[in-house]
Amino acid sequence: MFDIKDLYQEVIVDHNRSPRNFGKLDNADTTLEGFNPLCGDKLTLYLKTDGNKINDIAFDGSGCAISVASASLMTDAMKGKSLGEAETLFNEFHNLVTTDDDYNEELLGKLAALAGVKDYPARVKCASLCWHTLHSALQGDSTPVKTE
Amino acid sequence: MNNPNTVKTIMSSATAFNVDKVRQDFPILNEQVHGKPLVYLDNAATAQKPKQVIEALNTYYRESNSNIHRGVHTLSEKATAIYEKARDKVKTFINADSTKEIVFVRGATEAINLVAQSFGRNTLKAGDEIIITELEHHSNIVPWQILSEQTGAKLNYIPINDAGELILEEYEKLLSDKTRIVAVGHISNALGTINPIKTITDKAHAVGAKVLVDGAQAVPHTRVDVKELNCDFYVFSGHKLFGPTGIGVLYGKEALLEAMPPYQGGGDMIQMVTMEKSTYNALPYKFEAGTPHIAGVIGLGAAVDYVNELDLETAAQYEIELLDYANEQAAQVAGLNFVGTAKNKTSILSFTLDGIHPHDIGTILDGEGVAIRAGHHCAMPVMERFSIPATARASFAFYNTREEVDALIKAIDKCQKVFN
Repeated sequence: MFDIKDLYQEVIVDHNRSPRNFGKLDNADTTLEGFNPLCGDKLTLYLKTDGNKINDIAFDGSGCAISVASASLMTDAMKGKSLGEAETLFNEFHNLVTTDDDYNEELLGKLAALAGVKDYPARVKCASLCWHTLHSALQGDSTPVKTE
Repeated sequence: MNNPNTVKTIMSSATAFNVDKVRQDFPILNEQVHGKPLVYLDNAATAQKPKQVIEALNTYYRESNSNIHRGVHTLSEKATAIYEKARDKVKTFINADSTKEIVFVRGATEAINLVAQSFGRNTLKAGDEIIITELEHHSNIVPWQILSEQTGAKLNYIPINDAGELILEEYEKLLSDKTRIVAVGHISNALGTINPIKTITDKAHAVGAKVLVDGAQAVPHTRVDVKELNCDFYVFSGHKLFGPTGIGVLYGKEALLEAMPPYQGGGDMIQMVTMEKSTYNALPYKFEAGTPHIAGVIGLGAAVDYVNELDLETAAQYEIELLDYANEQAAQVAGLNFVGTAKNKTSILSFTLDGIHPHDIGTILDGEGVAIRAGHHCAMPVMERFSIPATARASFAFYNTREEVDALIKAIDKCQKVFN
């Protein structure tokens, strides 16, 4: 039975209303912008890394509930993660929102709330914008990320 | 004896417009979305097709499919006749002088590009000026930006006020003997504002400029008379007029089209080709290179017949009453903000909701079967003007009902419940 709450779960509504890690990070060593030209979703990601680990991470910008909640949940999940762990989580999240394959609930934690997105093909890019931005930032790219 | 349908019709509108009867012409309106009846309020993006149009396409492919202007065989003659008949219908529909002035193109976008490149590129030079408006759809901005880069002509914008209306005093200030082209939308796709085309045209002509009117949003809602508007070019797309996608019309005054070079080269637009040189075909064929979208033209002809039969004025009056009703209902929704409140506007309700992004509104409304557009509506300068990233836009056609407005309002309420 179709229920819109499968997409807009409590966790998502909450993280949209009160996004965590929201705001500019002073002394960030990496700053990268992400932009979704179709929707106009825009975010800037701020990172502090020591080459091995994400010591701090934050974001700001504007977008729909899915993109804001995804960035909020992602930044929460990424804090303190090693770069290798970040890559694993990136791949697992991609799997979560684009495939019907089983996902690692333990690894994803609260991020699993975004599972409903895969049933809305037009909204997948909203959820993945911040992730692609993070991925590019960790790869050392400096050109703003666009999701099409 | 009271017929319940008649009673409902009278109750749903003061205008003598039988919406229940009209709805029977549009098979898609019986569809269900997520188990709920489809409420289609995205007519400004594309309109639904009546069975008369669907059947015209079907009949053409079943009984007359052939290439036109070529064959000596019966089918080709038959296809050519229906194709040219459609051109004649369009000519009458917009009150052009001659079928030579009706060029079939892919859509309004292609028509504007054609004029920018064929007329603009060959007449403009550095220092000349083009005037467009802040209200325009990207399709009436980007071709002029390209032309501006190519020729060095300057591109100026008529600003809009907080209601989303053009500020005509500013337009007058922009006009000068340097102005070569004024390109303006007849009706704004993002806000529904109806622009005073005749005034704009007269003022442009007074300084010797040519005027292109983007009528994509206007033809489904208002009777267009190109002679009365006195514009030099008028463009529109078939699919917003209840016809097929991929077909549109460029109207141009004959003398202007005659003087313009071809936009594309190929078959059908030539008289004679040698290895050294070609001579071009007469109007309008000079601008119709390649095998055209024959079925599209025939479908467009059927759409023109349909709206003629319907009486567009009565339908438009009904739409305005529907918009008034929608506005009244929407005004009672706490946290709903109207975007675009022009005095003279067509049936578009563009809005935002406090704390809820338009894309989330679009998704949640879809869950209730209500189809609207959420986004910048290919009019990013309009969004910038109002300092918003996007709006939710409900755009009504004559087949929409008050009950559908109620479904929209109920779905908006659901949005607010999801987020609170």
